[in-house]
Amino acid sequence: MMSFGAIGFVTPALLAALLALPVLWWLLRATPPAPVRRAFPGISLLFGLKDTERTPARTPWWLLVLRMAVLALAILGLAGPLLNPAPAPERADGPLLIVMDGGWASAPDWSARQGEVRQILDRADRAGRAVHLISLSDAAPDLAPRAAADWAGVLDTIRPAGWAPNRAAFAARLDEMGDIGASIWISDGLGEADNLVEALSARGPVEVVLPEDLALALAPAMFEDGQLVTHILRAPGAPVQEVSVQVIGTDAAGIERVLDQVGQTLAPGDVATRVAIDLPLELRNRVSRLSLSAPYKSAGATVLTDDALQRRRIALVAGGRSGEAQSLTAPLHYLRTALQPVAELVEPPLAEVLDASPDIVMLADVANFSAEERSGLEDWVREGGLLVRFAGPRMAASATGQMVRDSLLPVRLREGGRSLGGAMSWGDPKRLRPFPQGTLFDGLDLPEDVDVVSQVMAQPDPDLADRTLVALEDGTPLVTARDEGRGRVILFHVTATPRWSSLPLSGLFLQMLDRIARVAQSGERGEVGLEGAIWTPERVLDGTGEVMDADRIAGVAGARLAQAPGPDAPPGLYRAGVRGHAYNVMRDATALQRLDLPAGTATRSYTVRAERDLTGLFLSGAMLVLMLDILATLALGGRLRPAARAGLSGLAVLFVMGAQDVQAQNVDTQAVETQAVRDDPRAIYATSETVLAYVRTGDAEVDRISRAGLSGLSLVLARRTAIEPAEPVAVDIERDELAFYPMLYWPVTDAQAPPGPEAVARINTYLRTGGMILFDTRDTHLAVGAEGPGNAQLRRLAGQLDLPPLERIPPDHVMTRAFYLLDDFPGRYVGAPVWAEASFAPEDVDGVPFRNLNDGVSPVIIGGNDWASAWAVDDLGNFIRPVGRGVTGERQREMALRFGVNLVMYVMTGNYKSDQVHVPALLERLGQ
Amino acid sequence: MGEEFWQYRQAIPGDAAGAIDWRRSGRSDTAFVRQTEWSAAQTVTLNVDPALSMDYPEHGESKRTRAAVLACALSLLLVRGGERVGLAAPDLPPGAGRGQVDRIAGLLSGMTPYEDYCVPAMPDGRRGLLVALSDFLAPDALLMPALDALAAQGQRVVLLQITDESEETFPFDGRTEFRSMSGALSFEAERARALRDGYRAKLAARRDMLRARSRSAGWSFATHRVQEPASRALLWLHRVIEGERR
Repeated sequence: MMSFGAIGFVTPALLAALLALPVLWWLLRATPPAPVRRAFPGISLLFGLKDTERTPARTPWWLLVLRMAVLALAILGLAGPLLNPAPAPERADGPLLIVMDGGWASAPDWSARQGEVRQILDRADRAGRAVHLISLSDAAPDLAPRAAADWAGVLDTIRPAGWAPNRAAFAARLDEMGDIGASIWISDGLGEADNLVEALSARGPVEVVLPEDLALALAPAMFEDGQLVTHILRAPGAPVQEVSVQVIGTDAAGIERVLDQVGQTLAPGDVATRVAIDLPLELRNRVSRLSLSAPYKSAGATVLTDDALQRRRIALVAGGRSGEAQSLTAPLHYLRTALQPVAELVEPPLAEVLDASPDIVMLADVANFSAEERSGLEDWVREGGLLVRFAGPRMAASATGQMVRDSLLPVRLREGGRSLGGAMSWGDPKRLRPFPQGTLFDGLDLPEDVDVVSQVMAQPDPDLADRTLVALEDGTPLVTARDEGRGRVILFHVTATPRWSSLPLSGLFLQMLDRIARVAQSGERGEVGLEGAIWTPERVLDGTGEVMDADRIAGVAGARLAQAPGPDAPPGLYRAGVRGHAYNVMRDATALQRLDLPAGTATRSYTVRAERDLTGLFLSGAMLVLMLDILATLALGGRLRPAARAGLSGLAVLFVMGAQDVQAQNVDTQAVETQAVRDDPRAIYATSETVLAYVRTGDAEVDRISRAGLSGLSLVLARRTAIEPAEPVAVDIERDELAFYPMLYWPVTDAQAPPGPEAVARINTYLRTGGMILFDTRDTHLAVGAEGPGNAQLRRLAGQLDLPPLERIPPDHVMTRAFYLLDDFPGRYVGAPVWAEASFAPEDVDGVPFRNLNDGVSPVIIGGNDWASAWAVDDLGNFIRPVGRGVTGERQREMALRFGVNLVMYVMTGNYKSDQVHVPALLERLGQ
Repeated sequence: MGEEFWQYRQAIPGDAAGAIDWRRSGRSDTAFVRQTEWSAAQTVTLNVDPALSMDYPEHGESKRTRAAVLACALSLLLVRGGERVGLAAPDLPPGAGRGQVDRIAGLLSGMTPYEDYCVPAMPDGRRGLLVALSDFLAPDALLMPALDALAAQGQRVVLLQITDESEETFPFDGRTEFRSMSGALSFEAERARALRDGYRAKLAARRDMLRARSRSAGWSFATHRVQEPASRALLWLHRVIEGERR
């Protein structure tokens, strides 16, 4: 290897050929371009003429330079030029061992790692060394050495795994390997080194490649004070970083999307940064995972959520049976209505309330507990349960918590209660006092119209003020709360019905319950039941944090899920029966550990300047100059004129190819964008005009007739009706969006493949959302009996579509009178029945047989009359295909066109025309 | 046979349908044939240039083909008119009848040229009209004596110069080595375009010379391009020969 500045050469010896260039100069100079030889009888007249511009028969200097350049470029190209050549690997015997961590922490800069390995492989290839390439996250790595070139293909298939690399296991297996000359460890810089470096150095020199930016991780999410809380984890010593946490879940339509995104700046010292995300409860219930956005995307930076973060389960219990049949006064009606959208409600008997493992228990006017119930609830509250109680006549009548403090009530109560604003009382109904700052309900709007007529009263204990969440104008507490162990008890001093106050009728009640539902701890019920069950992965994370369906992955014993993920238990969503468990890479919110390498280990970062092979560039440059030389020689020889065009277009082709090459080297992701860009004009066209569309069958003749047919129909529509369609478009059923087209004309050919699963889904959506397809088997003339040969093809094509039951279009169908009155639907052929969605049985309305057409347009019309052929016109508006004979034929064509007009009218107006039938009758009635 | 009307006679079996005078026949029930008075047939000798230079252009219709087509068509016309036609270059004594045309066609298609340039000449001792179809591009040293000889013999001559378009426009450029058709002569030009004006002037001078010779000797001269329709040249030849006969 020899290098000049940034360019080095693989075989510098070839450069000696450059010395021959001056000789070539001298040789070429003496040989002018060969003259054109031309037989010409008029030569006899030429004798005696003086060639005034006779020049010495030498090659022009610039042509010489051009040719020298060709040769110089070719020589340079063959010498194997390399841009930014890497230093030659030290001569070491034995194969090279490349160890990649390949875990989740390698995912963010995976392509850089692959590039690094590729360069190492290239160098090893040139040095002719055998290579071991091993991913530490691979459960069963291939330990055999292979030629470097063989690994290049393997390298592309290695993907980062969703777990941490198992370095200890590999260090232990190192002895199984044969001779190793040197090793390079492409590390992710996190976790324990597990003596890998020592083990490797024992076999030869070691180089460790560390990334510049270490990977980030997300700790499992939980709820604190109604907020979704997670921690961004880093290894110590990380710089300032800008990250954003994405909350991903399904939207209302069931499509997965980013529900929220929170940016966070990480200060240099932060290793575990708390991120709290406020989400409306409805959104919160749909969160499926949290993840750091690119460039930190990885399995470690993705946190799946399971039931623990999902809807709160609330148990509602009413005191006694509700005797009343009226639902509006049922004790639980208002709670049920308020909580239904945000929580999962269960209504077990009081004795079994904890068996439902609720997050919140709401007791409406429950006064008496059995000892068992009481102790159960007390334990449950201490363990983090949230008990919400509502007062009521029963509670007021019982002596609960009056003398001694009741563990299931936040405050002591006074005997009886009080009534305000009643006929027998002095005071007016009381309003609410603004909520104290920093309490649970702080910040809620205080409505004017909430007043309280009855309530249970709290004993004025010294700590009453602290426990009051809501008070009335006169200071009497309305809602009190007390923390008990990890849980909390909340008491509403009024009923959960409007009997004592108008609170349950107000919007405030909803907001208060919503707040309460949020603060409920989700409980640590997740970890408890892991063991003893086989958990089947439902969705798994790959190393880059993408969620994939877990086919073909065996179930895992529960005990395994208590440990960190590995090849046998990838991170993901596991399910055992009805229970779900989010098995995340990060187990808790502890900081990541920086890789601790033994002192004296040779480390480096990625090779910055990528080596680039310039051979192709030089050789194609030589070719290009050679082309120029050809053009120049042609010009000199006077032969350019006829050849000029060909030469110039050849040049253009070269340039275009070059440009494409450059584009291809650009990022692949742009392909997606260009696809979108390509689709845009089509979408804009299809939506800015009314456009008839046909399905491209791949049979050029059929497609031509379809296009011509729809053009003809468009022409007729524009002339005769208010519909003025633009030029029809061809639709690729596999690729194109269909939503823009009111109807599709689909000629059935035997060459067409049935639509793929995605296309079927799209077509079904199209049909369900008001689109219509006109299937044309075009085979009436071939039909034997009722069915033509096209029917089999039609069944093949449309078999997977979601089609309704069909019937022959009855004579009173809207199609027969949408614009013209028609008896028949002829196309190029006539007579075959035409089918549409079956309507319901006719009902007699006002004595007129009237069909209730399901308030829509039949999603399909199926026939075989080859309508497009009858409609088809050429550019001049002349019909292309003959229809029938003579006047009868013209009549048939006219009828075919009328069918087309009716069809498009039907598609555009739906059964409006059907309703129109009744307008005279309605008008008549109105007049009377 | 001449052109002057002589008589109508009743058609007999064997008369060609084309010979029937329909106007006369229409006046009666029987068909009539129009007969014209006899006039002396003349002898026409066709001289189709056998030189290699006539094989130009190499692609498309060559001058030789055109000359042969004209010669055949002309002999057909002449034979039909009762004249006697012969060939000069492959010597063919004048004859009449359809067979003569076939012979002419056979000789013309079987010509094997070997010289770059040839000049028109009348076979020894033959009189009559000489129709010379040639490109007349032979060097002056060859062409002039031949014309002089014809004039001296007092022959009646019709000259038709057949050329290709490129021979008139000289659309060449660049470094070119011009060669005669056999390759015996060559001329190298550094920039062919520079020769164009000189060449054109010389061609015009050659035509002027031919025209002047024709006028002074009472001959006819015309030029014809391969790219033009052959019928035009044929019409001109026919008219000139008719004129010669009178």
